[in-house]
Amino acid sequence: MSKTTLTRRGVLKSGAVAGAGVALPTIFTASSAAAYMNEPTGSSVTLGFNVPQTGPYADEGADELRAYMLAVEHLNGEGDGGMMNTFSSKALTGNGILGKKVEYVTGDTQTKPDAARASARSMIEKDGAIMITGGSSSGVAVAVQALCQEAGVVFMAGLTHSNDTTGKDKKANGFRHFFNSYMTGAALAPILANEYGKDRKAYHLTADYNWGYTTEEAVRTSTEAMGWETVAAVKTPLATTDFSSFIAPVLNSGADVLVLNHYGGNMVNSLTSAVQFGLRAAEANGKQFQVVVPLYSRLMAQGAGKNVAGIYGTTNWHWSLENVAGSRYVGTNAFVQSFGAKYGFPPSQAAHTTYCQTLLYADACQRAGTFNPCGVQEALADFEFDGLGNGPTLYRGSDHQCFKDALVVRGKENPDSQFDLLETVDITPREALTYDPAIFGGELGTCNPGA
Amino acid sequence: MLGLSKKDTSLLIAVAVLVALAPVLLNPFPENSALAQFNAGYPDLMQRFVIFGIFAIGFNILFGLTGYLSFGHAAFLGAGSYAGVWMLKLLTINVIPAILISTVVAGLFAILIGYISLRRSGIYFSILTLAFAQMSFALAASVLTPITGGETGLQTALNDPRILDGVNDSGNIPAPNLFGLEMGDSLQVNVAGWLWTFNAGYYVAGIIMLIAFYVAIRIFRSPFGIMLRAIKSNQQRLNYTGLNTRPYMLACFVISGMYAGLAGGLMVAMDPLAGAERMQWTASGEVVLMTILGGVGTLIGPVLGAGLIKYFENIFSKINSNLLHKWFSFLPDGLEDFVVTIIYPFIGKGWHLTLGLMFMGVIIFLPGGLVELGQRISRSFSKNKNDAAEQKPAE
Repeated sequence: MSKTTLTRRGVLKSGAVAGAGVALPTIFTASSAAAYMNEPTGSSVTLGFNVPQTGPYADEGADELRAYMLAVEHLNGEGDGGMMNTFSSKALTGNGILGKKVEYVTGDTQTKPDAARASARSMIEKDGAIMITGGSSSGVAVAVQALCQEAGVVFMAGLTHSNDTTGKDKKANGFRHFFNSYMTGAALAPILANEYGKDRKAYHLTADYNWGYTTEEAVRTSTEAMGWETVAAVKTPLATTDFSSFIAPVLNSGADVLVLNHYGGNMVNSLTSAVQFGLRAAEANGKQFQVVVPLYSRLMAQGAGKNVAGIYGTTNWHWSLENVAGSRYVGTNAFVQSFGAKYGFPPSQAAHTTYCQTLLYADACQRAGTFNPCGVQEALADFEFDGLGNGPTLYRGSDHQCFKDALVVRGKENPDSQFDLLETVDITPREALTYDPAIFGGELGTCNPGA
Repeated sequence: MLGLSKKDTSLLIAVAVLVALAPVLLNPFPENSALAQFNAGYPDLMQRFVIFGIFAIGFNILFGLTGYLSFGHAAFLGAGSYAGVWMLKLLTINVIPAILISTVVAGLFAILIGYISLRRSGIYFSILTLAFAQMSFALAASVLTPITGGETGLQTALNDPRILDGVNDSGNIPAPNLFGLEMGDSLQVNVAGWLWTFNAGYYVAGIIMLIAFYVAIRIFRSPFGIMLRAIKSNQQRLNYTGLNTRPYMLACFVISGMYAGLAGGLMVAMDPLAGAERMQWTASGEVVLMTILGGVGTLIGPVLGAGLIKYFENIFSKINSNLLHKWFSFLPDGLEDFVVTIIYPFIGKGWHLTLGLMFMGVIIFLPGGLVELGQRISRSFSKNKNDAAEQKPAE
């Protein structure tokens, strides 16, 4: 490093090389070339499917991915078209989105906000994804939604049930089709009061992250309004697999109802543990002891087996809905049929919501005539649609939350098949679930096209 | 140069050149080719390479020099991250205070943990640090939720005070920047099908990594470094000579912790979110793997190990069965399915399996890590070239 020798020949040579280097490349900065982030310029458009493939929500993630692949098939005009045939908006024609073939990349969120953001960032930066969707956990959904807002792409939330996603942490670039904790509380409480009486004492076990908090709060508020009393609320870490130490104190706490604010693998383990401890056979305060699971899914019911019999909860959707409740929920059978034909079993509610989100996004782009997040936002705001299996639905513009009917379900005592585990007890109409967007705070901000 | 020997200077320059040219070197395949899947030259991953490089360099100062295996280094990374996000929330969105404070906070945290843990050595030291890290993780994930955001993670928000910044009325959360230069800003250069992304955040992290690397070299070559090596070779003998080794150990532990904090601060400067799982024992184990995979006690080894593991985590984990089918579509149907079935467990979510096999291979055949591989290759070359010249006369 101490000696530098300059020769005429060397200087000329390096000068020529440098000159060639400057002349060749077409340089553009991210802010000048494209109208918005990752504008698709070729014949295809890339979507990013970011789902948990490992961790407590892996089952849900796998089912979400199946639905995404099915939706891509239908958008590209393959397969039987599924719910595209029943969807009230007829903008989609089966030749991709805006004439561009739909391609996708997948990633593993590991049900951790850090890993989910890394995976989403690589999809945006490396693969040029124009839209990110997925996340089987509200913690992940909130984190990835914030990232998409910063990066300037659209986030279509998958299975996320916390009020925060479209409440406290709502973002202009994020949209949610799934229902939320508030709606669960509002739908479930009247049924519980009816079935179990108005003088119950509840004990909550709550998953220790934002979804658990809002669900516990929603169920508490709405059951306490009916006259119930809350004895205790204990938080359990998301990674817990053995719940026996949490279940053991419940029986002697003076409570006569156990509310499990758990989802996925957590719920399967905690419910199994509760049944093993004999909670369901026990009596407390002179009443039969009861267990309630606010957010239910068929996958969880399958995991918990016979233990779910007679247990109440809510779901966003169930594959038997159209057969049970009639043609208001048209689209359900079309989706179940095409999903079943491809994979050999009925879809879960996670699969349903992600399929709907993909279709809704594609439809919004088609109607807006652009992939620009601001155009998509305009097309989805206060969009009223039907035929996606939930009956008439509204995508509210002020918080990007969907409003539709919610189901109260109960575990079947004698299931006919391994999939027919839940029976619909009641359907709460959308009017009863609508709330003022201001109650959760947070600001939507403005749409960010990234460039 | 800069007080380094000739050999160290050339190593530093080589690393500097690699860091500067990484956006080009890591994208060896044209953008639209089938092999573009293996390109690693995008901002997020390049930032991770250098940031985890810093983390591993710092870990190696402790483990490589003194032989004390800390199994809880992720706690410092996490503490630094949280401190960094709080600076971005409260003080200013400029990354400088976030990076400085995260280093300081991690250092203070290291004094506390080091003071207690360094009373023991060997396996007991490892278990103590592991216990502290798991405690920190449990606290961050539940009890300290108001400070850490719990399992949801700590993020910047629209209504944060940010007292040094002016009023923000853009409707969007400001992005971390360095005096106006946003960390996400990139210059994209398109040359004959190759797309190179020169990212501002990457170069900020890269320059800090070079400084960290330089400091590490100076520590390795200093009398302090020799003292640390003496502790590794025989601490008891040192004690018998009347030397108190604990101040040296504590200083080393704190420096190492500050490196981890610096890495944590840089992570949130690039992407302003800190999650509790950053402190989990798997994260602590990862840095041990990085260091061993690259070569314990060598200067460049940990950086290489960090790069390799992050590459696997981000590239291999994203290959799905759909892509595999595309790649092997030239084979007859039955054979294609067979080949895909064989490979499938090793990609996607199975990337840990591939990494595990590679780790086993390195430990068994190359105990000195990737650095030993490099040395063996260069030795075999130089032997062939001037075999005669190298031969020294027998005594």
